[in-house]
Amino acid sequence: MLHGTVIILTAFAYLGLLFAIAYFADKRADAGRPVINNPYVYSLSLAVYATAWTFYGSVGRAASDGIGFLPIYIGPTLMIALWWVVMRKILRISKQNRITSLADFIASRYGKSALLGGIVTVIAVVGILPYISLQLKAISSSFSILVQYPEIVMPGNAEPQSMREDTALWVALILAAFTIAFGTRHLDAAEHHQGMVAAIAFESLVKLLAFMAVGVFVTFGIYNGFGDLFTRAAAHPKLRDLMTPLGGVAGGYASWVWLTILSMMAIMFLPRQFQVAVVENLDEKHLNKAIWLFPLYMLAINVFVLPLAFGGVMHFPDGRVDADTFVLTLPMAEKQEFLALLVFIGGLSAATGMVIVETIALSTMVCNDLVMPVLLRMRALRLNERRDLTGLLLGIRRGAIVLILLLGYLYFKLAGEAYALVSIGLISFAAVAQFAPVVLGGIFWKGGTRRGAIAGLIAGFAVWFYTLLLPALARSGWLPTGLLEHGPWGVELLKPLELFGLTGLDQITHAMIWSMIANIGCYLGVSLSASSSADEHRQASLFVDVFRHTGEAGGARFWRGTASVPELHNLLARFLGPGTAEAAFREYAEARGHRWPDDALAADAELVHYVEVQLAGAIGAASARVMVASVAKEEALTVDEVREVLDEASQVVVYSHRLEQKSHELEAATTELREANERLKELDRMKDDFVSTVSHELRTPLTSIRAFTEILLEDPKVELEQRRKFLGIITKEAERLTRLINQVLDLAKIESGNADWVESAVDMKEVISDTLAAMDQLFKEKKIEVRAQLPDRVSPVTSDLDRMIQVMLNLLSNAVKFCDAAAGRIEVALTERDGSVRVDVRDNGRGIDPENHEAIFSKFHQASDTLTGKPHGSGLGLHISRQIVEHFGGRMWVESRLGSGACLSFTLPTAGAT
Amino acid sequence: MPLVHAADCGGNVSKRILVADDEPNIVVALEFLLRRAGYEVQVARNGEEALQIVERGPPDLVLLDVMMPVRSGYEVCKRIRERPDCGHVKIIMLTAKGRDLEVNKGLAMGADLYVTKPFSTRDLVDKIKSLLVA
Amino acid sequence: MGDSERRGQRFVALCVLGILLFNYPVLALFNVPGTLFGIPTLYAYIFIAWAALIGLMAANVETSR
Repeated sequence: MLHGTVIILTAFAYLGLLFAIAYFADKRADAGRPVINNPYVYSLSLAVYATAWTFYGSVGRAASDGIGFLPIYIGPTLMIALWWVVMRKILRISKQNRITSLADFIASRYGKSALLGGIVTVIAVVGILPYISLQLKAISSSFSILVQYPEIVMPGNAEPQSMREDTALWVALILAAFTIAFGTRHLDAAEHHQGMVAAIAFESLVKLLAFMAVGVFVTFGIYNGFGDLFTRAAAHPKLRDLMTPLGGVAGGYASWVWLTILSMMAIMFLPRQFQVAVVENLDEKHLNKAIWLFPLYMLAINVFVLPLAFGGVMHFPDGRVDADTFVLTLPMAEKQEFLALLVFIGGLSAATGMVIVETIALSTMVCNDLVMPVLLRMRALRLNERRDLTGLLLGIRRGAIVLILLLGYLYFKLAGEAYALVSIGLISFAAVAQFAPVVLGGIFWKGGTRRGAIAGLIAGFAVWFYTLLLPALARSGWLPTGLLEHGPWGVELLKPLELFGLTGLDQITHAMIWSMIANIGCYLGVSLSASSSADEHRQASLFVDVFRHTGEAGGARFWRGTASVPELHNLLARFLGPGTAEAAFREYAEARGHRWPDDALAADAELVHYVEVQLAGAIGAASARVMVASVAKEEALTVDEVREVLDEASQVVVYSHRLEQKSHELEAATTELREANERLKELDRMKDDFVSTVSHELRTPLTSIRAFTEILLEDPKVELEQRRKFLGIITKEAERLTRLINQVLDLAKIESGNADWVESAVDMKEVISDTLAAMDQLFKEKKIEVRAQLPDRVSPVTSDLDRMIQVMLNLLSNAVKFCDAAAGRIEVALTERDGSVRVDVRDNGRGIDPENHEAIFSKFHQASDTLTGKPHGSGLGLHISRQIVEHFGGRMWVESRLGSGACLSFTLPTAGAT
Repeated sequence: MPLVHAADCGGNVSKRILVADDEPNIVVALEFLLRRAGYEVQVARNGEEALQIVERGPPDLVLLDVMMPVRSGYEVCKRIRERPDCGHVKIIMLTAKGRDLEVNKGLAMGADLYVTKPFSTRDLVDKIKSLLVA
Repeated sequence: MGDSERRGQRFVALCVLGILLFNYPVLALFNVPGTLFGIPTLYAYIFIAWAALIGLMAANVETSR
């Protein structure tokens, strides 16, 4: 059944199926209902990492050293754990800057350098050639083997070269045509190839299924499960040592470690991985599922590697059969035709997936970052005149695809035969690992400069070439082997496989160590030794601080120049086609609330940046920069200006946060301050009033004293009567003065809290009686009738005895002053109720206007006598009395109406009550 | 400076001084002082009284206390200055308050002098004499 | 973005854990004869540890915020 024709037809049918899936997905994408916009497709597309190397090569490697195939998958698992930090940043940066390829990313980061983009492209193409040739080898070999069914014959021992040659070449050409059909039907501004992604996801499923099918078959079909298989393997002489494969030799572990590191970098920097993980990503959130789905896929596809390897060794004991082919030859040996065909398709799937994606990614880089910049510079004028460049771009890409595949075939012919698949693949890994320092440094370290990147890349690539590619060519006979044995021109220290005498390592590890030293060393050294341009600073900040910059306007800030809208429109149309340009401008206008083309758009920094970004999607950032610059007359910002803008921007963000906080605090503080100020002013006024009043009250009696004293001194001839009168006045005034001073001091002490209060239980009845008795003389003089209503006994109050006397004296003397002049009557009442003692002093004077009921208690209030118009007393007495009463927890108030006397009352809590 | 009695000079019309103050003792002192110096003295106990007396016939000099009930010394001073028949009247303001702003206010109102209490009797009489010479 | 930061830190921790699990000292520990569920010890360990690590990564990203 397994005729050549059948196999070929099946292969084409499968490829046709892939194409159909891609076509369907592209159609849906154009209609705006993308099929692939979900995390599962995204995760499966990442599995393009597993190529024919995984499918065939792992088993081959496992058969020889047990676990040496595993680091290639464990490394990526570890790296993917870091994707949360690293890949999210790369995704964000790439979305913002419309990055379309790995070369674009690197070039963009280091000041949109076209030179750097070109270098990266060259390294990528040369580095991936071995890998592509690996796939070609796998397909052609598997075909050759299968076609020999039911014989199992290794390709090397089959018919002459011509047929095999043909197989690989044919495969290369067919794949080229297929890839062109897949990836270059039109230009997408964001370099999305949704159809391709759908097809890749599908083929990831197919290869997983095929591998597991044959794995299950061998483990459970040929043997009786894992236990049985491994037990038998342990008994096998060749396999016994592989039960504990790590041997204990230092070289073994070093190899393990470096392979892990290598694969960690490969999963990031293989052009196809960058393409599906970053460029084709439609939603950052898909990353969440991919972070564990993809490692799970890798785990699954490796579960049966060991059974297949050991089973193969046991099945083909005499080493006739290449371990790389076990996956296919085992079912063949067991006459499982259908399974064998399925395996072949699985391997084909794995290989074509890799080739398609890798070649499309590489051709994009070649077109955007290698060819276009050169063309734009060379015949600059003529290119500007061409109205539509889309045809040119597509043509370049198609050419690149064909070229790359042919070069892959060439490598296969020159150097691919002698090596196991895995070894070939690792050479490519080591090549793309050279991108790690410049990319990782680029997104985390602003100090990386363009020159540093160029130096690092060239140094690393040179060492890679010398330690890996040269030996491959030498081993295949294209270079003298003396080179390997004795070094160039006999210089032993420069032996490609043992540079500077570093021995004992396998080739890959050795190459990795030296290339990384050269790469990182030059990158750091050159970056740190020279300063960078304004463009670089801007890009560095955009990349490293991507999570801080908001939106795409970040780039627009750094532009200064003049442009015209029609020019920009034409530019876009030339490269993307008039339809796409129209749509882009309309989108831009609508986002700002205008209508295109009716309303006039401002040709400002934002528009220019927008156009540049759109353009970058088609021709890469560096070329876009050049084209836009030619259209818009740009004024270069100096490095300092750029730094200023950046500093300002970051400071503004910080400040605005602080400002919000501060303004809240400020509001609160201001209100407090205003209130405090008011209070202070009030107090100040009161103080001024007090001082001024006291001063007045003091000076007035002093004036009389002085005047009369002087009169008496001056004039000895004053009459006796007059003299007596005057001296009397002096005395009285002196008394008045003394009284006032005492009261002021008293008040000052009470108010400042320095008064000496002597607390004791005071009997108010006693106080009142004593005071009345003391004033008896005065009452008689003024003919005032006094009546006192005092209970038999009253509870004591906690108070100061002297002060209470002072209060009673004050109230009574006021009553005396103001009671009726002719028939004065004063009534004093003492009562007790509800835990407090109350005293009332009533007079039958004029009464007090209700307006003044509070005012009489204030400082210096002097109720005036209508007769003389002269106030009585100092005005402090009542005030002090009230202060005293309130000090002991009591209250003082007045009840009065004009014309019916006044009653001054106060209460005090009894001792023991609060 | 020796006191000059108007009587000594023989034939001079004695000047009339109005004393306006609400403190009775000060009024007594001033009255005695001025009479002894040979001036005719009129007394007012508050601002209203003072103005009434001025209306009846302006004195030659007014001793005006600032802190008076009913009308303050400032008001009285202003009123006197407003009267066309009082152009020659000299005004001395007396007060127990001595702050600058009081002084300036008084002078702004049109007082000729501002004296703070307690004053020197001799000083006051001298001032009055010099004002009334002119 | 505190939550995201914490997640990132946990991922870094997982990566470090992986580096420790799949490296010299620990690997050598399991590089002994004998079998685990019928599978040679080292291979069994590697696959089990690998699966566990993936499980932890899944848990870290799939648990609700």
